Amino acid sequence: MDFELSDDQQALAEGVAALCAGRFAMDAVRAMQADGLDRGRWSELAETGVFALCLDEAEGGVGLGWAEAAVVFEQLGATLVPGPLVATTLAAGLVEGAADGTVVVATIERSAGPVNVEHVAWADLVVISDDNGLWSAPAADLVGAEAAHPLDPLTPVRRVEALPQGEQIADAAAAVDWRLRGALLTSALQLGVSIGATDLAVAYAKEREQFGRPIGKFQAVKHRCADMVTRVEVLRAAVYAAAVTLDGRGVDSPQRSVSVAKILASSAAAACGKDCIQVHGGMGYTWEVDAHLFLKRAWVLDLAFGEGDELAEELAADLVS
Amino acid sequence: MDLRYTEEEEHFRDELRTWLSDVLPDVAPVPADHTDLVARRAYDTDWQRLLHDASYAGIHWPAEFGGRGSTPTEHLIFLEETERAGAPYVGVNFVGQLHAGPTLIAEASEEQRSAHLAPILRGDHVWCQGFSEPGSGSDLASLSTRAIDDGDDYVVTGQKIWTSFAQVADYCELLVRTDPDAPKHKGITWVIMPMDLPGIEIRPIDTALGSGEFAEMFLDEVRIPKANRVGDENDGWRVTNVTFSFERGTAFISEVISSQRLLADLAQVARKVTRRSATAWDDMGIRRELGQLDAELDALWSLTKRNVSQAQRTGMVGPGGSVFKLAYADVRKRMADLAEQILGRAGLAIGDTLDLSDLDHVGERIYTLTLTIAAGTSEIQRNIIGERLLGLPRGDR
Repeated sequence: MDFELSDDQQALAEGVAALCAGRFAMDAVRAMQADGLDRGRWSELAETGVFALCLDEAEGGVGLGWAEAAVVFEQLGATLVPGPLVATTLAAGLVEGAADGTVVVATIERSAGPVNVEHVAWADLVVISDDNGLWSAPAADLVGAEAAHPLDPLTPVRRVEALPQGEQIADAAAAVDWRLRGALLTSALQLGVSIGATDLAVAYAKEREQFGRPIGKFQAVKHRCADMVTRVEVLRAAVYAAAVTLDGRGVDSPQRSVSVAKILASSAAAACGKDCIQVHGGMGYTWEVDAHLFLKRAWVLDLAFGEGDELAEELAADLVS
Repeated sequence: MDLRYTEEEEHFRDELRTWLSDVLPDVAPVPADHTDLVARRAYDTDWQRLLHDASYAGIHWPAEFGGRGSTPTEHLIFLEETERAGAPYVGVNFVGQLHAGPTLIAEASEEQRSAHLAPILRGDHVWCQGFSEPGSGSDLASLSTRAIDDGDDYVVTGQKIWTSFAQVADYCELLVRTDPDAPKHKGITWVIMPMDLPGIEIRPIDTALGSGEFAEMFLDEVRIPKANRVGDENDGWRVTNVTFSFERGTAFISEVISSQRLLADLAQVARKVTRRSATAWDDMGIRRELGQLDAELDALWSLTKRNVSQAQRTGMVGPGGSVFKLAYADVRKRMADLAEQILGRAGLAIGDTLDLSDLDHVGERIYTLTLTIAAGTSEIQRNIIGERLLGLPRGDR
């Protein structure tokens, strides 16, 4: 057993962090609210191999594991990189053009309308998952009004009156994998969101002065920051455990490990987002400070690939079975 | 990253399982009377002797000092398997095995090591800890138990508290003030105090659980030979902190495993408790909280493995230990709240849940109150995390 990142994984994390810092600085990210998805930057993610990370080399992918994907998605989450990152990555190999960034893929679990669907306006294609398989539909076929004020300004939302049936692209077993892997990658993004919110709060606590000293010197603020990083480290353990388990290097069932990660991610990311706002005081409630963007992304991600509460109920059922 | 165990680690686990299944059928249940510390000592030291004779004593101690010299991962497996098998706890041997012993290994003289290490491993000597004082809790370095230099001896007078199992201990790892004029961290000395010296008075302190392992200790001109000093005079604070470098992320493994068992049992209890026309289990809020806590315990088990892996690579855990303790205490307190909610009137008596369970969910509920206090309060843990991990400025103390 060795549950530390390998040197290669560490280097991968640092490489993606550098890309995000350089190309997904907050001003560039925020510009997408008005301008839509920056396809140029999306292509850069593709060139780095983000979407093809877990695709076999024979299929033109990078051929790495889910552990590496988790490490990469953690970095993407920490800088709030917008767009349907998870769906496009899952679609690599299933949908032509997803891996190389030319086709942007959104996703939604099939349900009766009307339903709010994320990322449609930015996507070329939407993958609809249900118990029978995966179905693909052109984004234009998801007809409805674009929300004027999406919860997360960097996640466009469309009110779709009725989902199209779409064209089947994979079977029921593939849909199960889709949900499982999607939940893992979403958890990794939520880990990143938690980290980003914590880093922002801690930096502010060191720099903001009141009563003649940095507010981080006061235990009330320091302890809140300690609680934030504690949530981060517990979540990190759960996300990495789920990732290595999907790679076949775990000791539990993949389903359970991923559920654990997603449950922890739901509560940790939102809590870190709220704490980040609280540490910033009045400034935390302004549009200008990024704190609200972390919380809003956390709320959006909670709904993707299985909500924490529902997964918790499933785990409870396993306790007595 | 790889969570699977190596062949050697699996071999270690198999051997241990075989041994446990051989010996445990002949090990009696824990003495029912928690206040009978003499019986408790006999029970715990008998188990220690069994471990010793099978070469499992001092699993994490270096081999040259009589330990098994196991890796942190083997230590994890040892604690996991003994807990899953329902083996006795370290009990009265806690201070000797996990605190005094490692300190002696790191800092004591040859004579001191040869006098004390083997008896600790065999279960012949029981140790207690004389650190905290009524006036020195979280601010331990302010301790005021005074040691007066008198020829070959220190003459020690003062009061110690939370000296668990002092009533049945043979030795005490004692912190005394040898220089009252020096800054508080620079005037402390670490000494070995035999518990049969004249001038030691022990009074039991009843806990909120009604158990009797707590004690306070009054020292009235106790004459301790200077030969019992470990490390230099006035260097006791450093000696004490050396012990923490032995921590390898394994401290709460038995607790995590037993918590998982408690939670699974609590879910079964929820199915049996009827309230009005439904069971507690029919309450969606209760089911979700059970699942949430199950997930959090699972994550804490993973965090344990991360800390142990870090210790295996670097020899240290660092603030990861504080992170774990803080999170674990929170989960257990929420488990206690949930137990209260589920048990209803079956929670009105300690040790008897109206036949709903063999486990003592009510006693556990009370026990969890210690988790945010003992071995560094959650407030102290948050200071450590905030300052050492996050680099926030140190506040007034």
